[in-house]
Amino acid sequence: MTPSGQALVEVAGIEKRFGTTRALRGVSLSIKAGQCLGLVGRNGAGKSTLVSVLSGLYEPDAGTVLFGGEPAPRSGNITRWHEWIATVFQHSMIVPDLSVAENVFLGAMSPVVSWREVRDRTRDIMREWGFDIPAQTLCRNLSVEQLQVVEIARALARGSKCVLLDEPTAALEREAARRLFERVRQLTAGGVAVLYISHHLEEVFEICQDVAVLRDGELVLAAPTADLTRDGLVAAMVGDVQEPSAEPNTVTANTVTVRRQASAVARGDVVLEVSGLSSDSSRGRLAGVSLRVHAGEVVGVTGLLSAGVATIGRVVAGAEEHADGEIRMRGRLVPPGQRDVAQRAGIGYIPEDRHAEGFVPHLGVAENATMTITKQLAGRLGVLSPARRVAAAAPFTSRLSLVSSGPGQPVGELSGGNQQKVTVARTLAHEPSLIVAITPTRGVDVASKELLLSSLADVARGSAGQDGGAGQDGGAGVLLCSDELSDLDICDRIIVLVHGEVFTEFTEPPFDRDELIVATEGISQEADK
Amino acid sequence: MTSNTTTVADGGTGTVPPRRSGVGSALRTMNVGVLREVALLPVLVVLIVVGAVVSPAFLTVSNFAGIGEQSSALGVVVVGESLILMIGGMDLSLEGTYGLAPMVAAWLIVPVAAYGDGTDWSPYLGILVLLAVGAAIGLLNGLLIVKGRLNGFIVTLGMTIVLAGLQNGIVKAQTLFNLPGPFAYLGSASIGQVPVSLIVAVVIFVLTGLFLRYHRTGRAIYAVGGNPAAARAAGIKIDRIKIGVYVTGSILAAIGGLMEAGRVSAVTGQQGYQEGIIFNVFAAAVIGGVSLKGGRGNMIGAASGVILLGIVQDILDLANVSNYWIEAIDGAVILFALVLARVVGGESTAEER
Repeated sequence: MTPSGQALVEVAGIEKRFGTTRALRGVSLSIKAGQCLGLVGRNGAGKSTLVSVLSGLYEPDAGTVLFGGEPAPRSGNITRWHEWIATVFQHSMIVPDLSVAENVFLGAMSPVVSWREVRDRTRDIMREWGFDIPAQTLCRNLSVEQLQVVEIARALARGSKCVLLDEPTAALEREAARRLFERVRQLTAGGVAVLYISHHLEEVFEICQDVAVLRDGELVLAAPTADLTRDGLVAAMVGDVQEPSAEPNTVTANTVTVRRQASAVARGDVVLEVSGLSSDSSRGRLAGVSLRVHAGEVVGVTGLLSAGVATIGRVVAGAEEHADGEIRMRGRLVPPGQRDVAQRAGIGYIPEDRHAEGFVPHLGVAENATMTITKQLAGRLGVLSPARRVAAAAPFTSRLSLVSSGPGQPVGELSGGNQQKVTVARTLAHEPSLIVAITPTRGVDVASKELLLSSLADVARGSAGQDGGAGQDGGAGVLLCSDELSDLDICDRIIVLVHGEVFTEFTEPPFDRDELIVATEGISQEADK
Repeated sequence: MTSNTTTVADGGTGTVPPRRSGVGSALRTMNVGVLREVALLPVLVVLIVVGAVVSPAFLTVSNFAGIGEQSSALGVVVVGESLILMIGGMDLSLEGTYGLAPMVAAWLIVPVAAYGDGTDWSPYLGILVLLAVGAAIGLLNGLLIVKGRLNGFIVTLGMTIVLAGLQNGIVKAQTLFNLPGPFAYLGSASIGQVPVSLIVAVVIFVLTGLFLRYHRTGRAIYAVGGNPAAARAAGIKIDRIKIGVYVTGSILAAIGGLMEAGRVSAVTGQQGYQEGIIFNVFAAAVIGGVSLKGGRGNMIGAASGVILLGIVQDILDLANVSNYWIEAIDGAVILFALVLARVVGGESTAEER
């Protein structure tokens, strides 16, 4: 066992280039046994690249990786690599049609498989670490949280001394996240080193002893969390504040006063009216939800993941069918489950999973951002000039401070936050009178988060675009379906769903976080808040 | 959990991500795009040199006119298959349509003596029938695959067998001949030394290429193939586009069949099926960089694939390669071209600058 004090995993002077981009510039850090080190940084700061280097997927251009003081095996030699470090990626690396035991020993089984041994060893690991998933369950039947446990068990089964967790709470409910923190503490107490990568700074403060901050590929800060404040950490991630005049193009984006003055909102007409919506969706049932959104209003819908928060967004946007109930836009019935019809009725849609529904990866930024308005852009006979496309996309990409090498760069090459900006641009482009946004800031860095939220708030306020802007009578309605409390700060009202039913509604911003959390758990307050 | 920390408003200062200079990498992207589009050019040059060495008859106008005439039918079908591949589909039954559509049309127009039905319809009506048969097969495929949510490979495999059976059954394995002039015109006529079929094929390639690059439906084809869920979420009617592409592909296959029928001035009960034309169609499309996974490919690539196969076939003929070995060599060249195209061009992309 490595004595704590000596570094278990150490990287020194790591450099990595992609074409002209220097993704990592001389990054050095080390993790000791039993330590939980947080790694934070905005999208594009180089976190993913560092994760890939540490996982043995990328060979760095310069610099060394040391395991217990020895040079690491060649990258690509995954088996040897796994003896030291194993990564639980953001996207599950579990084969759904195999059992838990098979997944735990995936790629590490002997040529002739002894099923008994595989099962027994899986049970042993689960027991040793206090996990409670039967070895023979099919992974298809597990929840996201359980799948993550299987991945952690896989790392432990290979004897990895360091576990890398990449955005582990992105898909977890609050309770599950809390249980994950328990497991992380258990791991570190058992002498395992944990590298914890997250956008949620409060998580980092909660479970990490130390934190390292990457910015533009450089390590700008490494310090014990106890010595830091949240604002200090944000400042390190974002860097020095730039003079607004130095960047004339981006001044429009410089609106971060996201919290809206409730009194300033003049309620317009009812844009969206939903009545008695029911659904048996696998993403969470709905049992008779009714709600209204007025023009110029941001209505939040929140609750636990399984409470139907995403479902109501998808149903209203026409992305999925529902069993019963009506959706009306300005009084006119919108037929269920037809996204194109819903869009023509004025419903914009920012999907929950941008990789699945948000963009076409190998098409360019401009083309993706204008995908909703090709009909308006095309001339007679449907001819669509690339130049018009670029011109139409430009105001949106500049307003959202989208960083790309040009309007033709494939969106698949962008960082997560910029991909999300493309998805939002695509939605703003068709000037919807209602925007349905589902977890619009998931997996997005702090600065982009503020930009995205303020752009949604702007649309509701009707101060959206330089040319045209959104909707009729001032502003569009926004239906913001999210379980991230920080998203809900821009809302005028918040509806809390519990088990697919409206549990309570908060109508007076600012909202009390603790009250909201309590409500999402389905515990009522006596007051008629 | 600390409760006060994530208030967005308290982050305060409006910071903005730094703008990276984009000019250099934009140029780089462009160069890569050009490189990919001409990835087959070196192979074609090498083949032409080989051809010139093998036979003095190779570098002659009449030889190239011959290659054009022989490749144009294949080329038109390749356009259809490429479109279907680009939406992430797959159609094996273009081979069946290539045979059945001209066969049914010819059967309705040639006299009983030439094994016709005896209806003796006008050849112009016959061409309409040909297009209608193509459209009907495409529509049926499209409905089964898109609305019926069946697997495209299996549906069109079954369809291929049905079509081949119908084709052979209707004429009881006879060959329809004596095709009337207007019906055979497309495949047999020439303007000067240039075959009409070649001109038509080139026009179809160019129009389809422009359509894919500059038409909103063409762009939607890339979007649907690249990520159907994202295309749907952006309000694109993906079902309609997919079915439309299946119909278009089958109509193009029928036109290709008409060219072939005119060229040999007959329709056998096994046209298309007998030669296994679908293998060459897929080979040409894939050599030309059309992705089997959808969303990627362009007409310049597809055309180079067709030309490459045509030249290889021609060189093998001119070199008097023994018939017993011709297929093995043909196949080896296809594999070689695939590897080379992959090495030179990487994975080919959609037509975005």
